[in-house]
Amino acid sequence: MSLDKSAVAHIAALARIKVPESDLEPLARELSNILGWIEQLNEVDTTGVEPMTSVVRMELARRPDVVTDGNCRDKILANAPEVAQGFFAVPKVVE
Amino acid sequence: MSELTDLTMADALAGLAKGAFSARELTEAHIRAVEAARPLNAFITETPERALEMAAASDERWRKGEAGAMEGLPIAIKDLFCTEGVLTTAGSHILDGFKPPYESTVTANLWRAGAVMLGKTNMDEFAMGSSNMTSYYGGVENPWRRKGDNRPLVPGGSSGGSAAAVAARIALGATGTDTGGSIRQPAAFCGIVGLKPTYGRCSRWGIVAFASSLDQAGPMTRTVRDAAIMLGAMAGHDPKDSTSVNRPVPDYTAALTGDVRGLRIGIPKEYRVDGMPAEIEALWARGIDWLKAAGAETVEISLPHTKYALPTYYIIAPAEASSNLARYDGVRYGLRVPGESLDEMYEETRAAGFGAEVKRRVLIGTYVLSAGYYDAYYLKAQRIRSLILRDFTDAFERVDAILTPSTPSAAFPTGEKMDDPVAMYLNDVFTVPVNLAGLPGISVPAGLSEEGLPLGLQVIGRAFDEETVLKVGEVLETAAAFTARPER
Repeated sequence: MSLDKSAVAHIAALARIKVPESDLEPLARELSNILGWIEQLNEVDTTGVEPMTSVVRMELARRPDVVTDGNCRDKILANAPEVAQGFFAVPKVVE
Repeated sequence: MSELTDLTMADALAGLAKGAFSARELTEAHIRAVEAARPLNAFITETPERALEMAAASDERWRKGEAGAMEGLPIAIKDLFCTEGVLTTAGSHILDGFKPPYESTVTANLWRAGAVMLGKTNMDEFAMGSSNMTSYYGGVENPWRRKGDNRPLVPGGSSGGSAAAVAARIALGATGTDTGGSIRQPAAFCGIVGLKPTYGRCSRWGIVAFASSLDQAGPMTRTVRDAAIMLGAMAGHDPKDSTSVNRPVPDYTAALTGDVRGLRIGIPKEYRVDGMPAEIEALWARGIDWLKAAGAETVEISLPHTKYALPTYYIIAPAEASSNLARYDGVRYGLRVPGESLDEMYEETRAAGFGAEVKRRVLIGTYVLSAGYYDAYYLKAQRIRSLILRDFTDAFERVDAILTPSTPSAAFPTGEKMDDPVAMYLNDVFTVPVNLAGLPGISVPAGLSEEGLPLGLQVIGRAFDEETVLKVGEVLETAAAFTARPER
């Protein structure tokens, strides 16, 4: 599977990473190389093989549905690039 | 007292117990060593004041007879572990200025055991790399050089700063994390011991996530015994990590009996990869001889899906990374690059904040998870991962541990392999299968290459059988009698 410029632009938009037009072509080549190398997996017959979804076979632990943390607004905001009135601030999203 | 920095952890503990020196003296010697070794670029952040405070508290606990298992031992922490109030970068520009308001479980466990923090070590950005060259803070220099060749070499990665610090005797030990070889490969390149525990043995809580089904923290030390001491302090159940396993932490040092008589050691024939240097083959053969001489039995085994482990890894790890790294959006922490809209702010921030390798992997991960490709790539890789685990499960019906080389080569010069991602990925050909199967693995320094560089042997064990891994590792260590030291 090889990727072209427009495919890379689409993936970059999905990943929310701005890629300058001039980088699309070299990036498409690089990613296609990696994907080409990955294609060897098609040699493996995986009929009837379950996908591995968990490394350690275990039941997820349960705990009582109670608040275990909280009341630490200032700690949560301490690293924010921009804070307004006790909230994270971002560029305007609603006109 | 520069010789204090040459001690093993075990000897340092004995010295502290006898009162031969104080934790403060031991820590001061290491702080001086850290300063002297700055050209290696092993640390992103040095924390000498905190180290001295912790050492003073350790001396107090020694006086009161309340010493923990690592009381007063100065260590370095990979900059992937969140440390409360101390800059934590993951080697990335995007975490600029991030000071976590909490402490990772593993580091909290280490401090409870009495360890002293010297600082935070350099690493490949978000632990993605095998050379430490992808760090926003620059590469780390391997303290070793080739004979008669002054070119700087990479320390391996991603835990390159931790490996260099331990090898250069500026820390008694260091934490690392290992997603595809990031503890074992740099340990092999720097001539130290590196242990990746079983998935679930150490809590991942508070460790910046790369690929959550593969990441595992472990110790990097100069001896196998020190790895046993440090793992005992790091490991344990943590309700805050749902994949952390609730089973008792044994005294790992008790496993170091030196007795491997009757143990069956598997030698996987698929690890004889094309183009493997003769000196790696020879090292492996020596390892086999050492274990036989110690009374173990070696058995040829087959792990038929070995060659598919790397490409499987390069679907699963980027897929998980693309999801984990979605959180870096310029809103809650770290770098923000302004934009006209929210989306533009995200895109500009992530374009400026991530380096080339991280972008590459996030894009691959986004692609293999995207509509129309999920089954062909991601599900296919998950199925092959089942087969890789089955290979190991079948092998462990017949053997107690598996012996392989740690890496297909010794350390390479800074800047090499940078323009060929796949060539760089091949560094991890012997370590990646272990992560996919969630098993414990150790790299032990076992000899020198013709160029005078350290080479490692890897021991792989059953899930949660770190004890056998450590036992066999120590027998190899004793037989190898690796006493060579780096020049720097």
